[in-house]
Amino acid sequence: MAHGPATLADGWRAYISRWVFTTNHKDIGTLYLWFSFAMFLMGGAFAMVIRAELFQPGMQLIRPEFFNQMTTMHGLVMVFGAIMPAFVGLANWMIPLMIGAPDMALPRMNNLSFWILPFAFAILTSTLFMEGGGPNFGWTFYAPLSTTYAPESVNFFIFAIHIMGASSIMGSINIIATVMNMRAPGMTYMKMPLFVWTWVITAFLLVAVMPVLAGAVTMMLMDINFGTSFFDAAGGGDPVLFQHVFWFFGHPEVYIIILPAFGVVSQIIPTFSRKPLFGYSSMVYATAAIAFLSFVVWAHHMFTVGMPIAGELYFMYATMLIAVPTGVKVFNWITTMYKGSLTFETPMLFSIAFVILFTFGGFTGLMLSIAAADMQYHDTYFVVAHFHYVMVAGAVFSGTAAIYYWLPKWCGKMYNETMGQVQFWVAFIGFNIAFMPQHFLGLAGMPRRYADYGLQFADWNMVSSIGAFIYGGAQIMLLYNVIATIRNGKPTTEEKTWEGAEGLEWTVPSPAPYHTFEKPPEFK
Amino acid sequence: MSTDASNRRVVVKSLFGAAGMFAFAIFVLPPMYDLFCEITGLGGKTGDEYTAVDVRVDTSREVRVRFLASNNASMPWVFKPTKDSVVVHPGEPTEITYFAHNVTDQDMVSQAIPSLVPNNVADYFHKTECFCFENQPLAAGDQADLKLVFIIDPDLPAGVNSVTLSYTIFDITDRAADPIAQL
Amino acid sequence: MLKRAKALFLSLLSLVVSLPALGSAVVETSTRQLNMPQGVTEVSQAAYDIHMIMVWVCTVIGVGVFGFMFYVMYAHRKSRGAVAENFHENLVVELLWTIVPTIILIVMAFPATTALLKVYDTDNPDIEIKVTGYQWKWQYEYLGEGVKFMSELRTSDDEVYGREPKGEHYLREVTEPLVLPAGKKIRFLVTGNDVIHSWWVPDFGVKRDAVPGLFTAGWAKTDKPGTYVGECTELCGQGHAFMPVVVEVKEQAEYDAWLANKKAEAVEYASTIGKEWTAEELMTKGEGVYLQSCAGCHQADGNGIPGVFPAIKGSPIALGPQIGHIAVLIDGVPGSAMQSFADQLSEVNIAAVIHYQRNAWGNDVGDVTQPIDVLNYKQSK
Repeated sequence: MAHGPATLADGWRAYISRWVFTTNHKDIGTLYLWFSFAMFLMGGAFAMVIRAELFQPGMQLIRPEFFNQMTTMHGLVMVFGAIMPAFVGLANWMIPLMIGAPDMALPRMNNLSFWILPFAFAILTSTLFMEGGGPNFGWTFYAPLSTTYAPESVNFFIFAIHIMGASSIMGSINIIATVMNMRAPGMTYMKMPLFVWTWVITAFLLVAVMPVLAGAVTMMLMDINFGTSFFDAAGGGDPVLFQHVFWFFGHPEVYIIILPAFGVVSQIIPTFSRKPLFGYSSMVYATAAIAFLSFVVWAHHMFTVGMPIAGELYFMYATMLIAVPTGVKVFNWITTMYKGSLTFETPMLFSIAFVILFTFGGFTGLMLSIAAADMQYHDTYFVVAHFHYVMVAGAVFSGTAAIYYWLPKWCGKMYNETMGQVQFWVAFIGFNIAFMPQHFLGLAGMPRRYADYGLQFADWNMVSSIGAFIYGGAQIMLLYNVIATIRNGKPTTEEKTWEGAEGLEWTVPSPAPYHTFEKPPEFK
Repeated sequence: MSTDASNRRVVVKSLFGAAGMFAFAIFVLPPMYDLFCEITGLGGKTGDEYTAVDVRVDTSREVRVRFLASNNASMPWVFKPTKDSVVVHPGEPTEITYFAHNVTDQDMVSQAIPSLVPNNVADYFHKTECFCFENQPLAAGDQADLKLVFIIDPDLPAGVNSVTLSYTIFDITDRAADPIAQL
Repeated sequence: MLKRAKALFLSLLSLVVSLPALGSAVVETSTRQLNMPQGVTEVSQAAYDIHMIMVWVCTVIGVGVFGFMFYVMYAHRKSRGAVAENFHENLVVELLWTIVPTIILIVMAFPATTALLKVYDTDNPDIEIKVTGYQWKWQYEYLGEGVKFMSELRTSDDEVYGREPKGEHYLREVTEPLVLPAGKKIRFLVTGNDVIHSWWVPDFGVKRDAVPGLFTAGWAKTDKPGTYVGECTELCGQGHAFMPVVVEVKEQAEYDAWLANKKAEAVEYASTIGKEWTAEELMTKGEGVYLQSCAGCHQADGNGIPGVFPAIKGSPIALGPQIGHIAVLIDGVPGSAMQSFADQLSEVNIAAVIHYQRNAWGNDVGDVTQPIDVLNYKQSK
């Protein structure tokens, strides 16, 4: 190897071209992580606008039209810009290290799949400044609000979705190829770390459903611009068809978001329990079962649309069934801790919070699966609370845990444990103040995506907003912690940052050298 | 097999898979959905033209059929059933008409979309003749009585004794003139 | 602020105190309501019951699982000298925690199914009401009675935008509520006119999506007269939060009187169209209609919002020929937010608002638009 990567010392031009043309999985992982964090802050800023407007009844800051754009953009940016790329970044960094591969299988495609993302989000964000405003039809963009009644910018939105889809599919293919072909000798499938397993299953889900999303927006595009009528009742189409196509993508999508989070937590809990993961193979099967079930439950998002009762019953039963493999996972995590030797460093705190809050979100999910009760829950803040417990306390908490857990491996510096724990408690408390009251709001009858509400909802909305601001502040603390660690953290060079850590990633030095495992390691 | 070759195989297979799912979403899901609707009556969509077979008339049972008319957004026609409701025996063909009047000064084309409540009886509601099978052009100022002949299937589940049939008319003048949309 | 803090404290207190009988007493939608309302119909009661079953099942499981977890976190921490054991599977335990939850779910499926069957029991209604969602209001039609009307938000923009204090019924008041008789089974046939809306009355347990071209049915039967407030629950554009549902359930006799009055009104209404209105009458009426139906976009001063909603003050349509102005209101402007008001405003109201627009804020065309002009345009143009 001639020399390492260009640094700032080699001049701006060399430094920039390093990042633009890089095919190194660690560089690309870093790019994904920083990009997703930037998107996380942007999506968070939209959320702050929403919560500020909802702080009190009445319209104080913005107009309802802009409020709808904020809810839409918040959802789109968080799902497609923050959470998904963050896990792709983790996959890029960690999968080759975990399976003993020198790099991803398709490094040039890897570069491409990252670098089209910023363009997608530049296009999406720019719609906010266009005449007529950005997308205002919710991240679920139900027709005909998103077709016949959409603002002009909808075509840019569709284009951006297409690019994001292409990026995700390429990223997934890369992960599948890497895991199938690049494993070190001795690294059989059933010996792979669970994070790798959950990601492979996620990648298959992505390859299967991102094209369905692309299909949905393509049909929208044709309806809007070429006079077809897939979703237009006038021409023999059906707006409800859109919802079926969307949720055929959308339900697997929520598992795409949560499965890698399961993987991260399944790495961290054994480390800080100093005990191997309990029920490894049942974890793998449970993940596969969840992935399979995700394809056959989509219409539980549509219980109020007027399906025949047989359909409602089927989707209700199938959805209830998801509780079984999910429960297996939770039981496995807790049993992993049982009779371990537990310590509670920041990654462990986030992981335990993940287990508790995700399970709570799972309970409300089970409640939502009961169709008769869903007639009351559907499209209220109860649903908002539910999916934030699953997505934020699920995906974002586990992502944060992953940052603290692997940061020493990435940059060879140790974060400040006190700061990490303070950030955890602020995030944990802020999160619960923000989202717990939303359960009450929803049950009491406040629908979601409401720019304004009656006086009976005032108190809990104010509490929720305060919690949201605290939670937002916690993210600034996270950013501070990461930057402070990179700049001034205590250097650490030992391979194994954590006493109980197992796996190939802990056999390379810290920080992980630019090139690792050029000769495949022996894995026993 | 070299790693490169097997990587290529993974890429090709995955891309085929992805392309297949894209095609599935656009070319398979919509027709599959329509078929599904027809079988289950999902969304209260009534079936296509029905050829009357010789069925007995169940005079022991009476079903009230109510007729509704709606205009979709910015459809200016006058559109209404000539009768609010009728009481029929299952198995007996019944004819009713909807009145349509194009009150504008332009020639227009409309399409009526049926919806039946309760949704799950769509399978037992047979139309031997219906204006909704085709689109309805009306010249400026013209009026028309649009004909519908239906038979309630004698196998209609017990307990159902009132059915509501609704037609919503949509303005499809532009679409009817647009050759691409005819595809 | 202090008052709010006190209310908040009371809410928290009531959460703790009322846990054993969560929601049993709170039927009214108050600030302190934390749970789903039991409502006043069989369907809402069924939803509430299954909801509470689920809450308790989840609570019991949750307490068990998390209790064990907290015990583990306490007992097996390294700082207490715990040494890790090395076991990592146990087939019996793993099978057990797969099978037991499955059995619990199968058991829960029975009440869940029963409750859903109740929701779908829409047959044999005494009264049928067609509910149509518009951007952003509801239309109710009493089938077979010849009565139909629009029901839209009565809260003024001034309250929404904080120029006036908010009333007690802020965003929970409409121009004309849906009136229903107690003790009768009512079937709601819900559809949408433009985009998808969703008609929800929590106390009835009825939430049905209003999809254009499609009808879905819900039902309610209650013995309790009262006022029940609901919402639109499917994102339908900028007015999504501003189209509440208000239902008044009256005793049969009161309902009959109301309906008779409504029918008479409908008859009288037709005669108002034939009447010759004076410019002053139209101006007064028109201002009210304008503030209700137009000012949301075009603003009270007729200046619109530049780049979004055109001004009416000084606009070529308002200053141009009368027939063109009528056409805009009746037909809408395709491809813009300007919808057709033909079904939503009466001929009288359309005439009045056109007259107002042509003669307010310095627009002084000076002509008089009569309801009959509007009707003529509608019918024989």
